[in-house]
Amino acid sequence: MSTVSDTTHGDAATAAASPVTSPDDGLSPAALAEKYGLSVSGARPGLAEYVRQLWGRRHFIRAYASARVTAQYTNARLGQLWQVMTPLLNAAVYFLIFGVLLGSKRGIENYVAYLIIGIFIFTFTQSSVLAGVKAISGNLGLIRALHFPRASLPVAFTLMQLQQLLISMAVMLVIVLFTGEVPAWSWLLIVPALLLQSVFNVGLALGMARLGSKMTDLTQLMPFILRTWLYASGVFYSIRAVLEKHDLPWIVHLLLELNPAAVYIDLVRFALIDSFGRNELPPHVWAVAVGWALVAGIGGFLFFWKAEESYGRG
Amino acid sequence: MAEQSAVTEASTAAGTAVGARVPTVVADRLNVVYRVHGGGGKGNAVAALRRIVRRQKSPNVREVHAVKDVSFVAYRGEAIGLIGTNGSGKSTLLKAVAGLLPAESGKVYTDGQPSLLGVNAALMNDLTGERNVILGGLAMGMSQEEIRAKYQDIVDFSGINEKGDFISLPMRTYSSGMAARLRFSIAAAKSHDVLMIDEALATGDRKFQKRSEARIRELRKEAGTVFLVSHNNKSIRDTCERVLWLEKGTLVMDGPTDEVLKAYEKETGK
Ligand SMILES: Nc1ncnc2c1ncn2[C@@H]1O[C@H](COP(=O)(O)OP(=O)(O)OP(=O)(O)O)[C@@H](O)[C@H]1O
Ligand SMILES: [Mg+2]
Repeated sequence: MSTVSDTTHGDAATAAASPVTSPDDGLSPAALAEKYGLSVSGARPGLAEYVRQLWGRRHFIRAYASARVTAQYTNARLGQLWQVMTPLLNAAVYFLIFGVLLGSKRGIENYVAYLIIGIFIFTFTQSSVLAGVKAISGNLGLIRALHFPRASLPVAFTLMQLQQLLISMAVMLVIVLFTGEVPAWSWLLIVPALLLQSVFNVGLALGMARLGSKMTDLTQLMPFILRTWLYASGVFYSIRAVLEKHDLPWIVHLLLELNPAAVYIDLVRFALIDSFGRNELPPHVWAVAVGWALVAGIGGFLFFWKAEESYGRG
Repeated sequence: MAEQSAVTEASTAAGTAVGARVPTVVADRLNVVYRVHGGGGKGNAVAALRRIVRRQKSPNVREVHAVKDVSFVAYRGEAIGLIGTNGSGKSTLLKAVAGLLPAESGKVYTDGQPSLLGVNAALMNDLTGERNVILGGLAMGMSQEEIRAKYQDIVDFSGINEKGDFISLPMRTYSSGMAARLRFSIAAAKSHDVLMIDEALATGDRKFQKRSEARIRELRKEAGTVFLVSHNNKSIRDTCERVLWLEKGTLVMDGPTDEVLKAYEKETGK
């Protein structure tokens, strides 16, 4: 079993090498590995096995997400209070600019609720993407130190954003009530809408995690991409109104209508705002919402899994 | 099994229990090459743009052949020391065994998933030591009950709390030795098929080194294989009965600790 490349020390090593004659002696390394069921190091597990491993780490994912939430604000004097303050301040700033200064509320009843829902729902997707980009590249220490299915990290980061969203939602509901909306059964529709959006976000975060692990320039690029997406998602204005007023090329029309962020935002608006009726929704909205969740969720997972063995390398 | 004791056990082993030598790591003519991009050339923006426009790869991609044609077989219950001068390829070899670096050619076969404990394998620096213990355990696949049962042992073993309540402080506030101790304690709480320790104990004090060496011996008894990289020949002598000596990426010698260390000490003029 000894390898001796240096002849001067050869005697010492060979002496220890083969006192035991074993039936394994004649085997090639590959055959020896085969015989004892050894596997190639760092090989990617099969898809079913990978899903099983990931399910086995569900407690890790949950605990990791909540630990991160707690750690997020430990440096701030006000601590956890920022979880509520951040969305509130965001809403105030956007209202000041778009509602008061620019006056883009034309034709939208209950603009405050309209705007706040748009911002909070978009922020959920936005922060999932941003967290996804850094999920692998920002945790190389953990990845190199311990072995676990890497998809745990992007999933945990999305879960963390979901936790933040739920707090924002509570803030949002209070504001929506203040703007004069009355609770109705339709409010329950936010549950399926947010579930679908969460699946969509997980898939997106997984995809971005793989891209971000390879392309370090992505972190610099992301803010611009996300801002473009924000402006195209009808957060401050009504996409419907724009589509009706302007004669846009059909492809732009289609893109605006299929834009997943806009779809999820409009679903929540539809659920919470009474004056936001069915006619404001794009056609086949639930089908599109489910479609995006499936495409992003499954696609993102497969895309991430395909490079599982490469995370942490280099 | 020890190469050393193999001699004495040869008589008993030859007839019957040859099967006791179960391989856990098989390296087959392993080569690892690092490719360093942009090792030279102009680093300014204009040069970078010109490269992108002309669709060139980074100018001079330098290759570092860090592990050359290394083959060995490690068995269950063995503790193997890995020695060699700085830059000889020890860390690289372990990373390749752990599957963290791709092999240029050749293969490494392992039993289960090897765990590598490196010098600066930080866990979650902004989280408290307590969180690190729990999350580290969960990440390694331990159940919540298991961690709850072992939590106190892990903390006691690390000795983090000996100087006050440090376990509830973020890990970034730990000294490098303290962080290394906690990391080792977390990793050692689970039995591993293959555990590789790359100088992770070097910053620990004498008392902790003693304690961790004892734990390494225990892990071996639990039928694992332990690799230990250290520049401290004494700690290699105390824990390992077999040593691999790497130099410039090639395996110079592989044999019982005493002989290899003697040769190594002669070579390095100690
Ligand atoms: N990330 C890297 N990129 C390029 N070359 C590398 C990289 N890491 C290591 N090397 C090179 O590979 C060779 C082996 O390095 P390695 O870290 O394996 O040495 P080592 O034996 O662990 O040394 P030490 O005793 O100092 O820890 C060295 O020549 C080093 O320059
Ligand atoms: Mg090293």
